[in-house]
Amino acid sequence: MATLYEGYTLCGVGPVQNSSNIGILGVEQGRDIDYVLVTDSSRSITVYKVSDQKPTGSWSVKQGQIISCPAVFNTQSQEYVVVTDDRVVRVWKEDDVNLEKAFKATVSADVLRVLSATDSEPVVLFCCGAVRFLDSLLASPQQPIEDVLTEDEIIRGEHCLYVQRFNPNTLVKHRIETEPGLSAPISFSATCRGSNIHLLYLYLNGSVYESVLPFRSSSTGAEGVQALSCSLCLSLPLGEEKLMSGAAVVLDEAHVAVIGFPHPSAGACKDYLCIWNTHFQTLQASKEMAGRIYSQLWCYSGKLYVPHGKMLSVIPFDCQKSSLAAAMGKLKQTSRSGKDFSSDIYEMLTCKNRKTCQNTFCLIFKPLQMDCSLVEDVQAEVGEFIRRAPQADLQLAAGRVALELVSRSQTDANFYPQCAFLQLLETRYLCYSVCPELLSLAMVKKDFHLCQIAFQIFSDIPEAVTCACLKAILSTPDLEMETVNLDTDSVIFMKELTQAHSRSDEEGGQLNGFCPPALESDVSDTPSNKLQRDPLSLDMSCPVGLHKGALLNEVLQTAYSDRSLLPHLKDLTVPQVIVFLQYLRFLYFKYSHDAHKQIRALRTPSISQIIDWVCLLLDAHFTVLAVAPEAKRLVFDLHKFVRSQVKLYAELGKIEGSLQVLKNSKQSEDFGMYAIQVIELF
Amino acid sequence: MGEFKVHRVRFFDYMPSGIRALAFNRDIERIAVARMDGSVEVFHCSDRFFQEKIIPGREQCGIEGLSWVGERLFSAGLNGGITEYDLTNQKVKYTVDAYGGPIWTIAGNQQGTHLAVGCEDGTVKLFEVNEDKIQFERNLDRQKSRIISLSWHPSGSKIAAGMMDMIQIFNVETGHSVHRLLADRGVGTSRSKECVVWSVVYLSDGTIISGDSVGMVKLWDDQTGTLIKSHNVTKCDVLALSVSQNEDSLVAGTSEGTVVQFQFISMVLGKDDKEWVRTRTFKNHTHDIRAVAEITTAVVSGGMDAQLVVRPLLDKVEVRSAASALRKIHFPHRRLVSCARKSGLMLFQYPGHLELWRLGESEGKGMPGSSLFVKRNPEKLLHLKVKGEDHIRCSAVSPCGEWIVYSTASSLRLYRLHCDNNNVSITKISKLPMVLSSANQLCFSSDSSHLFSASTQSSVHLVSLSQSGCKFVGTLKPKSGERTIGFGVLHIIEDGKWLASANSDHEVHIYNLQTRKAHCTVPVYSSAVTAMGIHPTTNCLFMMYADQQMCEYSIEQKQYTDWSRMVQRKGLHRFWMERDTPCLNVMFNPQHPSHVILHDTYMLCIIDQSLPLPDDKTQFYNQLTLKSLPEEQRKSHSHAFKVCKTFKDILCVELMSDQSLVVVERPLEDVASQLPAPIKQKKFAT
Repeated sequence: MATLYEGYTLCGVGPVQNSSNIGILGVEQGRDIDYVLVTDSSRSITVYKVSDQKPTGSWSVKQGQIISCPAVFNTQSQEYVVVTDDRVVRVWKEDDVNLEKAFKATVSADVLRVLSATDSEPVVLFCCGAVRFLDSLLASPQQPIEDVLTEDEIIRGEHCLYVQRFNPNTLVKHRIETEPGLSAPISFSATCRGSNIHLLYLYLNGSVYESVLPFRSSSTGAEGVQALSCSLCLSLPLGEEKLMSGAAVVLDEAHVAVIGFPHPSAGACKDYLCIWNTHFQTLQASKEMAGRIYSQLWCYSGKLYVPHGKMLSVIPFDCQKSSLAAAMGKLKQTSRSGKDFSSDIYEMLTCKNRKTCQNTFCLIFKPLQMDCSLVEDVQAEVGEFIRRAPQADLQLAAGRVALELVSRSQTDANFYPQCAFLQLLETRYLCYSVCPELLSLAMVKKDFHLCQIAFQIFSDIPEAVTCACLKAILSTPDLEMETVNLDTDSVIFMKELTQAHSRSDEEGGQLNGFCPPALESDVSDTPSNKLQRDPLSLDMSCPVGLHKGALLNEVLQTAYSDRSLLPHLKDLTVPQVIVFLQYLRFLYFKYSHDAHKQIRALRTPSISQIIDWVCLLLDAHFTVLAVAPEAKRLVFDLHKFVRSQVKLYAELGKIEGSLQVLKNSKQSEDFGMYAIQVIELF
Repeated sequence: MGEFKVHRVRFFDYMPSGIRALAFNRDIERIAVARMDGSVEVFHCSDRFFQEKIIPGREQCGIEGLSWVGERLFSAGLNGGITEYDLTNQKVKYTVDAYGGPIWTIAGNQQGTHLAVGCEDGTVKLFEVNEDKIQFERNLDRQKSRIISLSWHPSGSKIAAGMMDMIQIFNVETGHSVHRLLADRGVGTSRSKECVVWSVVYLSDGTIISGDSVGMVKLWDDQTGTLIKSHNVTKCDVLALSVSQNEDSLVAGTSEGTVVQFQFISMVLGKDDKEWVRTRTFKNHTHDIRAVAEITTAVVSGGMDAQLVVRPLLDKVEVRSAASALRKIHFPHRRLVSCARKSGLMLFQYPGHLELWRLGESEGKGMPGSSLFVKRNPEKLLHLKVKGEDHIRCSAVSPCGEWIVYSTASSLRLYRLHCDNNNVSITKISKLPMVLSSANQLCFSSDSSHLFSASTQSSVHLVSLSQSGCKFVGTLKPKSGERTIGFGVLHIIEDGKWLASANSDHEVHIYNLQTRKAHCTVPVYSSAVTAMGIHPTTNCLFMMYADQQMCEYSIEQKQYTDWSRMVQRKGLHRFWMERDTPCLNVMFNPQHPSHVILHDTYMLCIIDQSLPLPDDKTQFYNQLTLKSLPEEQRKSHSHAFKVCKTFKDILCVELMSDQSLVVVERPLEDVASQLPAPIKQKKFAT
């Protein structure tokens, strides 16, 4: 989950000189992570210590001179670099007072930007597209600068990307392949991850595309323009108002910060800073920014620098590695009217400009808007739509269709197109957050089959919903449950599991070679008959019916985070907890007896999932279980079993080191005649 | 617990010499071993085969046979002489020339009155064993070829002699040959080669058993002179035979490295009709077995691969224990390396020369288990050849590295070492005091100011060392005045106040160096002391015994310490007792007074006296377990014995002054690679 913390103002922004760009030319990283270098267009460069919100140094150019690119800090030489009047490169140190007295060099072509990266020499990018290292440029400032760009190109962010590599010097021109009809991207962000450059572009229509460019491309001397494929990784919601500006910056591999686009649930005209998860397309955090937003956004060492209104704000943020379940969350689907919805879709499809698809939609939504249409008809239409729609469109459309069907089912008690839902689920394009009402609807309708499929397919069910489902499953009587049509594979697994138990009972013993861990025979209240001798064979019958067990297995396999699950687990009643615990114990014993290994099933809960659930249940209901007399036996059994297992693992742990050495011993330690080594004795 | 920087040294090219002859003395349970280099060693069979005595050899002495007469040990060799050894002083007592050319074999009769030697000139010479010497008596009938092997009939009236192509039976009384048994030559191409009867055994029932170069073990009847039975044991030679005392078992050693056992058993159960039947084959050697001996409960064999193998006969062992396990003795139970702790020098003792090395230096630090960068390689400073033919008996380098001393059977030499920069020179100290004519054991005091020499005459001589030379200071003698011989171990404590010496009678005497008087004697224990050390701060004498017991004796209080009593009361762990090599050094770490550092051939052990002792249920070798446990749980799992098994084939471990350890290893693979090639054997599919 990403978080945006409370921000603060770093500095005010000077008078706005023209409409599109404000007074800030750029914000660059200073000499360490707590310093930034703010270049404003009014001739001054200021160094701020961010944590103190204080300037620590400021330099200005003389009247009549213009700072033509943001100043940067050269980490190699610990000097500041700026370009004035397009051609004069100035280099100065922290303790230089007057910029006029600093070193300057006039180069032979207009400089567009000076780019600095930690641990490397800054590079100078010329307006003509050529690139030089700063040190080599300063060594001979008047060296000729070649034209890389053709005459009618300027560096601004058209559809072409020039990639210049040093060592060997190569230049590759890429054409960005986006949807036709899109204007130039309004914002770029590039990061290096692994051996690839990830480029992110933001378009005014809210699309965020990503391209991956390998560092070492195979085509070396290619003269022509290479196509650079890009993939849509995020579609930002658009407000009513036409957008003028916006910016995006990559925070980490899953998160991107976007400014200038409306919050999906707030009013359209507000300007928000949002963090989106590109993997799950979810909104992670947002903050409203007062005042005018510009197409500028910087990110240095965990802080976002946002110019808005008449100030430059610093907003610390935090992006945690997100689990799928944790990635859900803040994006609440706003309920929309059907009309809005279909118009949205229409809009979306028209901008995609695909007629066939649009036609299909018309086919679907015509009947949907007729309240009297039959469930069967809807199901047939949905089937047809799924069959005919192209994959890429289906992904976006399936959720919308499901949402529409659910909302209608909620209003119309007689309308419940189960088959349509199953078909949509089977496309595997649905997830919980796309259509959150689906699962609760199924619960209300007691449609456990749909629940089961949803549990299998949805990887992002919130813990509260998981718990509600669990409660519903546990509270449904077994008899009623047995009539439900469930996924056969899971039922077979349960059958095998219970049969394995009865089979071993018939044989009157355990599987070949199995020897139950020795337990202390401090069971004072049990008579010592044959069955009681092995405490593990106590109560090995399944406490729930097959179908209920199969559903519980699905619950066990859902993703969750225990901190969020724990409070919801407390909602379960004591009998429910006991039954569930009994079932978990049954599973655990079965697993310890290795019975499940012989059963072939696609989805089975793992032993660690079982243990985790036992722990969670015990944590959630500890006091209740401690006093409830009917739980005593259960907890006692579990304790005994766990204790024996702990003993076993402790012993196994002891030989771990020896086994490790056996593994490593193959590497011969041939050190010749002499070596000085370090040994450690414990 | 602790990290150590360890200098792993593998450039000590020590080569154990091949075993040529074995002689077992049943009465005193000692086995004598003669090696190719002429050295003779005595092992105590009932004290874990501890190597009690080493009599260094000499150039060109070539022992061919060993024989006990009572408790006296004789050898004969290709130099034509018969040698008796002074076992108490571990030296040659005298040598008598037999005047028959090289001697191939020597055998004493069971009565202990006579020795017979078989000579190159074809004579069997009888020597009478007198009180203090042997006296030539007469020759038996001279034969045409050399006498390779001899065996007395237990009655002492007849002798069987193995020769080329035949065995002669002599009547000792008359000296005439009674029978001539012809040994068959091999078939095929080996027909033209003579058959050498390498070994004969004369049993009391008149059966003569021979082993020959054709690979046969043959049984003959001495009455009729006929062959009773022959066993083809190998395609190569049968080199050695040995029969058990009650003559029901016989072992034959072959040049393939196998030992074949024959047993005299009845073919039908219950009947008295017994026959010699080949029963078992042991293969523990890679090279020729030159000597075998069947001792009471085991077969001892030795050969060209220089290892002494004790193979227990489990049918004769009553209680299986560590003492009755298969045992391979590769290295001497003495230290061949001495270290100058303060200056990082090592002195390697070879039979005929000494090598002085300077340890290398490392740079930086490393994780446990890693190797450090060697900034400076070790350097050989000195190669000191021995004057004369005698091999070195003992040697030492002083802790400061300035003095080197060595002793052979006939002389002792003391050198002063000068190291300035890279120039190394030595000066021999002339005019040594008379008492320093020869020494059994040598040791420098920890401040390098004195040299202690365990003499052959008695006790320990004290000599002070200075720039000008050395001066005899005094002699330390045990109180009782009886002849005690400084043996094996000699140790001086840090403050120079105490000196302890252990001798071959298992006595340990402690002397006060300031008064130069005997202080006390440690109670005698049944097993030999293999190593000992005096703790620098507590003044306790820590002793390791051959049976793996350990004792700590407080010198000041003249009694065993509480810890020692606790060890005796609780007993040592089974795994500790089962180790089959003796501890060879006891060291103390000045930084951890409760630590005692020990080592044997296969492990390095630090005993932390502050920790609980392990009982038999405790995991003894727990270092790997402790390593995998988190820090806080280690305490509860650790016990006093911290055994490091990283090193193997250890010859020496020494703790230097800079807290680093020197571990001198001699990997057996390296030894094996320097041995001559074994007999080539056809292997399947090669």
